[in-house]
Amino acid sequence: MSGMTHLKALEAESIFILREVVATCEKPVLLYSIGKDSAVLLHLALKAFAPGKLPFPLLHVDTGWKFREMIAFRDETARRFGLDLIVHTNEDGVRAGVNPITSGSSVHTDVMKTQGLKQALDKYGFDAAFGGARRDEEKSRAKERIISLRSPDHRWDPKAQRPEPWRAFNTRKRKGESLRVFPLSNWTEADVWDYIALDDIPVVPLYFAKMRPVVDRNGAIIMRDDERLPLHAGEQPQNKMVRFRTLGCYPLTGAVESEAETLPQIIAEMRASRSSERQGRMIDHDSASSMELKKQEGYF
Amino acid sequence: MGAPLKKIDEHAATFVRLADQPSKAQLKLRQPPHAQAIPAASARSLLRFITCGSVDDGKSTLLGRILYETGAVFDDQLAALDRDSARFGTTGDDLDFALLVDGLAAEREQGITIDVAFRYFSTENRAFIAADTPGHEQYTRNMATGASTADVAIILIDARKGVLPQTRRHSYIVSMLGVRRVIVAVNKIDLVGYDESVFRAIETEYRALAAMLDFIEIHVIPVSARFGDNIVAPSARTPWRQGPALLELLETIDGAPHGAAQFRFPVQWVNRPNLDFRGFSGAIAGGSIAVGDRILALPRGRTSRIARIIGPDGDIGQAAAGQSVTLTLTDEIDISRGDVIVKADDSVAPARTATVRMLAMTETPVTPGRNYLVKIGSALTTARVTALHHQIDVHDYQPKPAQALAMNAIGLATLRFETDVVIEPYAQCQSLGGLLLIDPHDNSCAALAVVEADGQAQAAPSPARGHALLSWLGVSALQDDAAVARAAIAPWLAGAGLTGLIAFVASGRPLVATAAALVDAGVRPSLTRLVRSYRPRAVGASEDGLAGDGGGI
Ligand SMILES: Nc1nc2c(ncn2[C@@H]2O[C@H](COP(=O)(O)OP(=O)(O)O)[C@@H](O)[C@H]2O)c(=O)[nH]1
Ligand SMILES: [Mg+2]
Repeated sequence: MSGMTHLKALEAESIFILREVVATCEKPVLLYSIGKDSAVLLHLALKAFAPGKLPFPLLHVDTGWKFREMIAFRDETARRFGLDLIVHTNEDGVRAGVNPITSGSSVHTDVMKTQGLKQALDKYGFDAAFGGARRDEEKSRAKERIISLRSPDHRWDPKAQRPEPWRAFNTRKRKGESLRVFPLSNWTEADVWDYIALDDIPVVPLYFAKMRPVVDRNGAIIMRDDERLPLHAGEQPQNKMVRFRTLGCYPLTGAVESEAETLPQIIAEMRASRSSERQGRMIDHDSASSMELKKQEGYF
Repeated sequence: MGAPLKKIDEHAATFVRLADQPSKAQLKLRQPPHAQAIPAASARSLLRFITCGSVDDGKSTLLGRILYETGAVFDDQLAALDRDSARFGTTGDDLDFALLVDGLAAEREQGITIDVAFRYFSTENRAFIAADTPGHEQYTRNMATGASTADVAIILIDARKGVLPQTRRHSYIVSMLGVRRVIVAVNKIDLVGYDESVFRAIETEYRALAAMLDFIEIHVIPVSARFGDNIVAPSARTPWRQGPALLELLETIDGAPHGAAQFRFPVQWVNRPNLDFRGFSGAIAGGSIAVGDRILALPRGRTSRIARIIGPDGDIGQAAAGQSVTLTLTDEIDISRGDVIVKADDSVAPARTATVRMLAMTETPVTPGRNYLVKIGSALTTARVTALHHQIDVHDYQPKPAQALAMNAIGLATLRFETDVVIEPYAQCQSLGGLLLIDPHDNSCAALAVVEADGQAQAAPSPARGHALLSWLGVSALQDDAAVARAAIAPWLAGAGLTGLIAFVASGRPLVATAAALVDAGVRPSLTRLVRSYRPRAVGASEDGLAGDGGGI
């Protein structure tokens, strides 16, 4: 690796991981969640298998509450690259009326994301799922292997992880077991943005500051993306110059006030920031080890 | 001065720093998490290091402290640390930095590290991937996971306890996995009153043990992970110590990985999107390649020429170690995943057996006669353990007879592969010399193994062995710089030659044992030959094909 820059070394490692899994698993899938990490992951996958097409489909687990701009970007991306995109929604959850506003973030996330994901993986029989999670995002992620074995019911056992020496990945599994694979494990948020700038990778416009209609919810700036977000009596959404550092279900994703309208401005703002990107995500704050619990239950 | 870092609600607003003199370096470092990365984001180098050592020596605290000092901890994470410290902390009213890295619920509850944590930070010149590893013997495999990719190891020692069995075990594993540069952090120096004599005694003891290993650079530094001494700036409380603080060492230490000098390309995946394209994808494990080069595909031995090299950004004229590329050839030859492409004039030959040093990683012991799936580069084959030559006693690094390798034991064995394989000594090529043994019954990772150097290939003692010889002869090498030791040993070797060794070896049993240990540390084959006739035949089974390469060591 001598002589390679940090970003190029990360890129080479991610491509290696993508290829290794495709070469050794029967039915991989890329979990595409539309955000910046998914954008980088998709970009790396396209590089890894060029000049061929992607040898696996994309799966988006749609909770029905994503920002409209995310869905538009998703469909446009699939069209542009001719991707095989599977969209799955947990219809049981929809029928039960689960939503992020009245059900609360943890029920909504569990039913619409975790259960939805497990349904889709089982339905199509995928034996390996690539995700764009990074170890620097959260303290239990920092503990996870690049290739993480899941039981037939998709559970992660953090106390019994396989050793993962060098890059000699052990992708073997028994029937029913599957792998969650994190090619961006060793990337940081800064690396992701630097790489997006380096390769000019398209990302959802929500990352750039713009006047958007927002309301205050317990100190968080929430964008009213559609009529489903109820207003308090007499409340009017304010138009504010905001952007998002991470993207998810709009009622659960806090915006930041910002003037950063370009990539260099976003990068400068991120470097000056003293808060982590996950601060804007409501779903991580439920309890001290909530991410670990969610992951044990099958959340990617 | 000397006050522990108070809880964040008291001090966070101003980021009052606890270390003695907030130097320029410190002020520069204590910036927002991404701030240092700007100017040369694409030009910074990458250093991977681990923290290791015995339980409670302060590994997690040290890494947490480094993350904090380099500004890699955001305010909301610091606020969470404050809450966690109150709930799980082991440091009274102070922040417990270990909780920044002990991220699993079970770890926080028990105040221990169970699995390796990977954390990231950067300074102006370097990006770091740090792995905090567990100290308990039962989690040795997780420690090895972290150590396998490290360029540098920080080995912690509790100043009150000195060198412990786990210090020895971890040092051995780190050396076995190819780490050549270590920083020994004599931690909790606050608890021994910043006493130089305590530090010096530990340094002497550590250097003596390290002399039996393959390190080429050893820095020993007194620190307090809890109070910040010698972490980002030299501490006024250790005026007796000259030299850089830990972070400066990390920024400047040479991290050059050992890749093979010869071109090695394990084929990972055959890219065949249509009839007109047939490419071989993989990561270059060593050396470099250019369009037009003549190549040989092993183990089948077909030759061709490189037509195209396709990198992540398209066609390139040449490529080198570390890059992930796709190669196309001028001829249609049969190559599949697991094959290794080398240059046509290369003299590498496929093998059927290998002598390996292995670390057992599962409850089911590794025993002679057992079959395993073995991953070598991208190849997966089956191998039988045909002989277990000895186990290493981690207390004194001496070989001792063994019938089986229980979990976490280290030993020397011979593997016989079912197919021809392309392997290299680990010291020359990590990809083709680092083997993963998989239990075919449950797919667990049964052992990791490193291919021993081929007897013939080894020349004069390396600098590391220079250390070994010095210490063996009672010369203590306390210098921080390996070059000094090298300079000291070179004329001795040149002048006196190896004859002096024979005399020592012949003169008494303890020395014979030490000599055997030396051989074990790799002084082969010349010493092997010299020593063989004097060596007590301590250990069992050796096999043909093992050649002179220390079969009975
Ligand atoms: N006084 C003092 N205590 C320390 C120091 N470093 C670590 N400790 C304490 O030693 C205990 C074990 O530390 P930890 O980092 O969990 O050790 P690990 O098992 O090596 O990761 C904790 O209570 C720490 O607060 C130090 O430099 N000085
Ligand atoms: Mg620890």
